[in-house]
Amino acid sequence: MNVTNDSTERIDNTGMVDTSTMTNTETKKSNTIELVNKNLAKRHRAETRFRLYGIVSITFALICLAVLFTDIVGKGHSAFFQSYITLDVNLDSSVLGIDDITNTKQIANADYQAVLRKSLRSLFPEVKARRDKRKLNALISSGASYQLADEVKADPGLLGKVITLPVLADDDVDTWLKSRSDDGQEAFTGRLSEKQLAWLEHLLASDKLTQKFNVVFFTNGDSREPELAGIRGAIMGSLFTLFVTFILSFTVGIASAIYLEEYAPKNRFTDFIEVNINNLAAVPSIIFGLLGLAIFIGLFGMPRSVPLLGGVVLSLMTLPTIIISSRAAIKAVPPSIRQAALGMGASKMQVILHHVLPLAMPGMLTGTIIGLAQALGETAPLLMIGMVAFVVDVPGALTDPSTALPVQIFLWADSPERAFVERTSAAIMVLLAFLISMNTVAVFLRKRLERRW
Amino acid sequence: MTTSLLLVVIALLVAFAFMSGRGLAVSKANKIGGIRQLNSLPFYYGMLAVFWCVIPCLVFVAGWAMFDETIIENLLVSNFPQQVQVQGEGELALLINVVSNIASGASPALGKEPYLVEAAHYLKSLRDSSQMAMTVIALSLAGCGICIAWVKTAPELHARNHVESIFKILLLICSCIAILTTVGIVLSVVFESILFFKKVPVSEFLFGLHWSPQVAIRPDQVGGSGAFGAVPLFVGTLLISTIAMIVAVPTGLMSAIYLSEYASKRVRSIIKPLLEILAGIPTVVYGFFAALTVAPFIRDVGGWVGDTWVLELLGLTLHVSSESALAAGLVMGVMIIPFISSLSDDVINAVPQSLRDGALGLGSTHSETVKQVVIPAALPGIVGGILLAASRAIGETMIVVMAAGLAANLTANPLESVTTVTVQIVTLLVGDQEFDSAKTLSAFALGLMLFVVTLALNVYALRVVKKYREQYE
Repeated sequence: MNVTNDSTERIDNTGMVDTSTMTNTETKKSNTIELVNKNLAKRHRAETRFRLYGIVSITFALICLAVLFTDIVGKGHSAFFQSYITLDVNLDSSVLGIDDITNTKQIANADYQAVLRKSLRSLFPEVKARRDKRKLNALISSGASYQLADEVKADPGLLGKVITLPVLADDDVDTWLKSRSDDGQEAFTGRLSEKQLAWLEHLLASDKLTQKFNVVFFTNGDSREPELAGIRGAIMGSLFTLFVTFILSFTVGIASAIYLEEYAPKNRFTDFIEVNINNLAAVPSIIFGLLGLAIFIGLFGMPRSVPLLGGVVLSLMTLPTIIISSRAAIKAVPPSIRQAALGMGASKMQVILHHVLPLAMPGMLTGTIIGLAQALGETAPLLMIGMVAFVVDVPGALTDPSTALPVQIFLWADSPERAFVERTSAAIMVLLAFLISMNTVAVFLRKRLERRW
Repeated sequence: MTTSLLLVVIALLVAFAFMSGRGLAVSKANKIGGIRQLNSLPFYYGMLAVFWCVIPCLVFVAGWAMFDETIIENLLVSNFPQQVQVQGEGELALLINVVSNIASGASPALGKEPYLVEAAHYLKSLRDSSQMAMTVIALSLAGCGICIAWVKTAPELHARNHVESIFKILLLICSCIAILTTVGIVLSVVFESILFFKKVPVSEFLFGLHWSPQVAIRPDQVGGSGAFGAVPLFVGTLLISTIAMIVAVPTGLMSAIYLSEYASKRVRSIIKPLLEILAGIPTVVYGFFAALTVAPFIRDVGGWVGDTWVLELLGLTLHVSSESALAAGLVMGVMIIPFISSLSDDVINAVPQSLRDGALGLGSTHSETVKQVVIPAALPGIVGGILLAASRAIGETMIVVMAAGLAANLTANPLESVTTVTVQIVTLLVGDQEFDSAKTLSAFALGLMLFVVTLALNVYALRVVKKYREQYE
């Protein structure tokens, strides 16, 4: 705005009144000016106040943004590290129950739990009572035996040797260790007993309880045990879903945009299409979930909980966004280019495919990426079509049952374990990272490739 | 042949159709004096062959894939013994599930009733023959298409015109998907709602004051009579949306005014994208924030205020629910701020500069100009934007699912727990459900209400915005 504050300067006596009527209205005029001057300070205060309201509003919004981000990063950053207990594991074949090293089935089904427990007990020889032993065993995760099994499967030659291996600690231990290292406040003990805490202090003092980068979080699917739960399954589910969404909404969206901009006659039917697109853009996303449930599952018998169905539903939801931005991109291509191509003897289809589309493509891609980012963060319609199932396996195809990243966040947010809170926040951080990078690409595309005519 | 393999084969056929159609046209032209004897470029003959090959084939495959499961299921059910067939829908669906699990090998056939094992075999054979039939028919359709293209290909064929008109029709079909989606939405909610209103009268649904959708499974069961009065849900939705709008409208509007009227270009270029980040954050993140940070905070503040002597002196007690409407509403309000601010920003910028100059020239201060000239001029657009935001607040799902409660209290107290239409839709439909119980169907009736209300708000808002725009252009 090129408006300045000059207009609010004090008005002097020669200011506003026509010179011919000056003498007659002299007294009246001075009254008016007095009145104006008297109110001026008040008016200026109102001006300052008004401006302050604006600043306060913006500050409020920005503070909310900052609080949101610091809250999530503050809760989630610790999930990227995980507690491990370093054990000297004696891979005794007799304890494991393996008599034939070449037998892979035997190696897979061996009793790794027993070996781990034995080596943990060797650290605390004074523990004798049955109940105490059970408590001691509870310090390591139930997933630790799979970890050891993988280790042995990769190299059966380890059998009979003693290896030093950091194994996953239980989530209670992890939560305790993280809250302990935070600051001087009392650590969160949760379900841990006095005895267990003493053992943990001992392990910590002897450098056997350490934190390492949480690889499990990025390589595992969902799990009931927080220390074994990862987001790989959810990310793959989201990627498959987005793939379907991209294929469908990009092709159909661009095709409709071309039709509406280049071919559509001005008639009622075209208006009807446009009204429909505009309304769809504002339909609540959960309604698309109802559509998926009633039509695609109920009528067409498509399988539930699969990325294929999720992608179809989300593509219907993102179509309006993509159509609207693609139309804007096509509109921005100057008509002179079309006329020149037509003048050279190109057909309508050639004009569109050879000239209009390539020039409008950056704008279309930008719109598509923004639409896809929207689809990536969408949860409600996926809940409706059953993508909320507890899925442990990482999906490998479009028709495997799976969840999506935002749905995983929703599921974890409901879990009572404290360790899931940090995982939820970490999953949110991953989701936001995806969204921010997608939007950055969109902004970059717009800046670098879009031509101004 | 599996469907994906079939698609690969069809893709190969498409490539073949293109090459052969193109090649045939060129060779026919070469016989009568070179490529310039062709009516169109060789490319178009290839494309025409592709269309002939692929369109009937894909239409067939899509139709078959859509309906084969339903047909197979009906065949399966009709083959069940008579006494099984008379069972209700729910039991039949369960049986079909059991049978398909046996057929796919997911559950062992041993120990199951013999008619189920037999049905599993039957199902398997039906599926195999369906897949077989689809493959054969699809491939022969593609083959026939290529043959027709071959027969038709001739130098005087107006291939380009044909291709262009098919192209145009394809584009038209694509743009009709928007209409189909709307029709699909309307049909899906209306049909199920009609079924629901056959069980529960419309008047009870719209005006009943009690909502508890648990229907007893057995008639002699205690509790769970199933009451479907949706007024508490409407009130809850309205309460949370109102809180959200109270937060969002002043903040969003003042931010827009400041950014468009006062802020320098540099400040604007920094703050606008920051505000837009708020709009880009997924709602599930807001829901998490509301449920785990804001709601406990409000509860603690409430507890702290409740403990002070002032309230004790007055004899008041303050109870804040941990799922208070206030938490959900506040966070939803923050989510809507950028929505209102960017819409208002657009309309404020569209107000002609001459209006501002006129007001300033008459001696009004900048804020007076804004308040008395710019805002009244932009008011229809701002109102339209606010209505759009309201429809968003009403349809918002994840924040309320995570932060608002499930108990359908009829209250206007923002510190109590209320539930909303969208929360109920989610809780009624997530998990296993039968399609014909009043409980499930009521979710579609709620969906219908939601759709109608948001649609009305949107249509009205768009009309207001449009009408305003015409004034200055």
